Amino acid sequence: MRLPASFLMEHGVKRLASIELRRTYSICQVFALFLLGAMTIPADEVVAQSLTDALESLIAADSYPEKQAVAEVISSIDDPRALSALEALLEGRLYTTRGDQSLVIAESVGRGYQIRDFLTDEDLGRVGRRDVARISVNNSLRGVLRQLLATSGLEHDDPRQRRSAVIEIGQSEDLSMIEVLQARRDRESNAAVLRAIDVAEATLKLDSDDTEERLASIVAVSGIVNGYIRTKLTRLSVNENIDPITRQAALDALENIEDKVANYEIVKTVFFGLSLGSILVLAAIGLSVTFGIMGVINMAHGELIMLGAYTTYVVQQVFPNLIDYSLFIALPLAFAVSGLMGVFIERTIIRLLYGRPLETLLATFGVSLILQQSVRSIFTPLNRAVSTPSWMSGSLEIVSGLEITLNRLFILGFSIFVFVILLFVLRRTRFGLQMRAVTQNRQMAKAMGIRTNRVDTLTFGLGAGIAGVAGVALSQLTNVGPNLGQAYIVDSFLVVVFGGVGNIWGTLVSGLTLGVANKLIEPAVGAIMAKIFVLVFIIIFIQRRPRGLFPQKGRAAEA
Amino acid sequence: MNISSRMKVAIGIAYIAAVSSTAVQAQEDTIKVGILHSLSGTMAISETTLKDTVLMMIERQNAAGGLLGRQLEPVVVDPASDWPLFAEKARELIELQNVAVTFGCWTSVSRKSVLPVFEEHNSLLFYPVQYEGEESSKSVFYTGAAPNQQAIPAVDYLMNEIGVERWVLAGTDYVYPRTTNRILEAYLKSKGVTDDDIMINYTPFGHSDWQSIISDINNFGSAGRKTAVVSTINGDANVPFYIELGNQGISAEDIPVMAFSVGEEELSGFDTSSLVGHLAAWNYFMSIPSEENDKFIDEWLDFIGDDDRVSNDPMEAHYIGFNMWVEAVTKAGTTDPEAVQAAIIGVTVPNLTGGMATMMPNHHITKPVFIGEIQSDGQFDVVWETSGTVVGDAWSDFLPSSMNITADWMPPLSCGNYNVTTGQCSGQNYE
Repeated sequence: MRLPASFLMEHGVKRLASIELRRTYSICQVFALFLLGAMTIPADEVVAQSLTDALESLIAADSYPEKQAVAEVISSIDDPRALSALEALLEGRLYTTRGDQSLVIAESVGRGYQIRDFLTDEDLGRVGRRDVARISVNNSLRGVLRQLLATSGLEHDDPRQRRSAVIEIGQSEDLSMIEVLQARRDRESNAAVLRAIDVAEATLKLDSDDTEERLASIVAVSGIVNGYIRTKLTRLSVNENIDPITRQAALDALENIEDKVANYEIVKTVFFGLSLGSILVLAAIGLSVTFGIMGVINMAHGELIMLGAYTTYVVQQVFPNLIDYSLFIALPLAFAVSGLMGVFIERTIIRLLYGRPLETLLATFGVSLILQQSVRSIFTPLNRAVSTPSWMSGSLEIVSGLEITLNRLFILGFSIFVFVILLFVLRRTRFGLQMRAVTQNRQMAKAMGIRTNRVDTLTFGLGAGIAGVAGVALSQLTNVGPNLGQAYIVDSFLVVVFGGVGNIWGTLVSGLTLGVANKLIEPAVGAIMAKIFVLVFIIIFIQRRPRGLFPQKGRAAEA
Repeated sequence: MNISSRMKVAIGIAYIAAVSSTAVQAQEDTIKVGILHSLSGTMAISETTLKDTVLMMIERQNAAGGLLGRQLEPVVVDPASDWPLFAEKARELIELQNVAVTFGCWTSVSRKSVLPVFEEHNSLLFYPVQYEGEESSKSVFYTGAAPNQQAIPAVDYLMNEIGVERWVLAGTDYVYPRTTNRILEAYLKSKGVTDDDIMINYTPFGHSDWQSIISDINNFGSAGRKTAVVSTINGDANVPFYIELGNQGISAEDIPVMAFSVGEEELSGFDTSSLVGHLAAWNYFMSIPSEENDKFIDEWLDFIGDDDRVSNDPMEAHYIGFNMWVEAVTKAGTTDPEAVQAAIIGVTVPNLTGGMATMMPNHHITKPVFIGEIQSDGQFDVVWETSGTVVGDAWSDFLPSSMNITADWMPPLSCGNYNVTTGQCSGQNYE
């Protein structure tokens, strides 16, 4: 059944005319419905009837403005299913069946869908791909839906959800929402939500007709760095219909914000640099063991990183319900997988080639190609999807406008953690002592009863294992595909050589330095030139100081 | 992935190997079809699928009785994402294997690399990927989109439907993004957009650290007017780009990203929940409902043996190109390139979105243009489409260097680079 056009005209299309009128009108409508219900038939029946009618017209709607109008009608209906309809619509779970055009919730299964009737929640079984059609949503409709759902989001149990609902309301340009926010403030206990309410209220009042109120709100938002507020203030400052005092105030506030942005920009750039540097350190630190300490040129280092990333993927496939813990499960496994692969490579190939760097280089390059192609055969050449645990996504707001992405922050911390562990192993354990002894004077170490062959194998395994651990971290930032390793191998060698071969501290300092230098240059000259500049700098530096930033001193240097 | 699909691939490879070893005896009774797609190296991620698509089309054609009473025989070579190797492998296909036609290439640089080889032998190449235009070769049939079939309609959509006033043109640093952005910049300026409102950014292949660039884009987009990113970022660099976009909290409602190189297959590599609403412009989406598309997808899933695989735009281009070639060979009664070249112009076959595709005299085809928004399941919902099909324009009308140039491979002109003002045919221009 299709709703009469007049229903839509009356309840929907008109609303588009005025945003401000919209909310009051829909509240009136509910009120009217209730009055009507009280007089004739039970109210809940009327509500149920109007929900089915509205959903019918949602199915029939064939343009986005029409859907928008219907969504607004639905939001005004006092029925929990109305909200869940809008949520499902927003999330793209709402479908219609091809035959009888009924509304269903569908989930993709294999080649078809598992469907449930929306109103009765009855399981309708599996249907083919073309038996249902999604009710499509575009960006502007999505924005409207979020606005409509924001009011109910204010009552959500999760403060984060409440906060995003408040932010949504702040951008609704709907002055009647101020009261809703004020009502919430009286009941709100969470500090972050309270702050968001203040900002949202001030933002809404930027549209106020009252000059005094608007001026006050401009002052209130003048210290807040936020894209939406900047857009609003810019519009105010160039609006010819507004008195010059307000415009000047908007301009001043903008200037204030831009100063802040410029300061934050410096902090951000340094963080970006440290983050890039931490990734370089992470990728290079395993190499600083195998290449730096042992002197083996291992071209398959990148592929050992790749194995670590694929281990993360496999862990997530095996334990699909443990995504939040998957990285902790993957870390030891990746260390084991890459470490064992390293031991295998050392035993079968590198051992036979000690003292022949050129042949080692070629042989390990061959290994890297073999590893790449085997991954391609096993996992297909397509990139694999590795999910990010919820605690790693999003960003951390330090002050308003200065946000730091969580995944990068964790990886920065993680690379320092790995560094400390490695330092501990090298300096404080028996194995570390043997390792240093073997690399400094193999003959003497042998004479002291150290099984140097075994130490070689374990050292290489350690370096390879660390590469695997790095792969787990990188799987959160970049593509998990067969080419993952290639992207990092050159950079890793650069970092180790620049830092000084054989020096773990050198690797840390050089990785972070190169990262920060790259990011400091990038805004001025672009990503490509920044890379070139850094490379040129390294070439010149290595010519002047061939042993890098922290050259080995004493007898070790002669070995 | 399951065992049986791996087995199938293995059997397929063994089959191809067996077939090619008996090629010498088989030469007389089969028509050889060359497949020139990278199966290893960086581009394997995109090109392997296209190889499988052509294999599937060949299998289907053979099941339907072959062509001219003969069976088709695939000859698969692996140019390994190495551009000079593309030319060598093309030579091998043409000179040693005597293929009647080749389906292949993805990147423009690989196409430019094989172009002289195909022209030297006047052998046929079907190129299935959207590209920058500014080319029309006698030997090549461009079944992907020219800029006016993808980039220009996409910008029109952003400008007219979304009201975008500030533009970020972000791309990977190679010939396709640079030429496309040159065309777009000229087009935007012709629409009155000033230099201040255009930000152009290039990054290297496989760029993975997008922090500062996204932060710049965010600042650029906070100037009080609607901003959009037009992305010609290629392949691998896209995943870290979108992840960073999500992490810095930029949603499609704030700053939409319109991508020309991101399709279903690229999205199958990651979780798209934070990308919902970002846009892509293509001539085909897997989600478009039509009989042909449904049949094609089912056949594809059966062939590849994995229900999680997706179909994408370049696959449709190969589907169209293959059917056009079959039709032209049938019409000409021979696989002789000269005869097929003459016969194929004007050939019309169904596309997968419920319309028809026609080969035009400039060796480009007619295509509908769709704008899709990314959904949380990695598919696209079409939010806008052209009312009919658009004819591919080999030489852009918006670049001063090519606005007077036209391509027409029908007699009497028979020229891919004809200057309408001077009346001269300058031969192929490799720039």
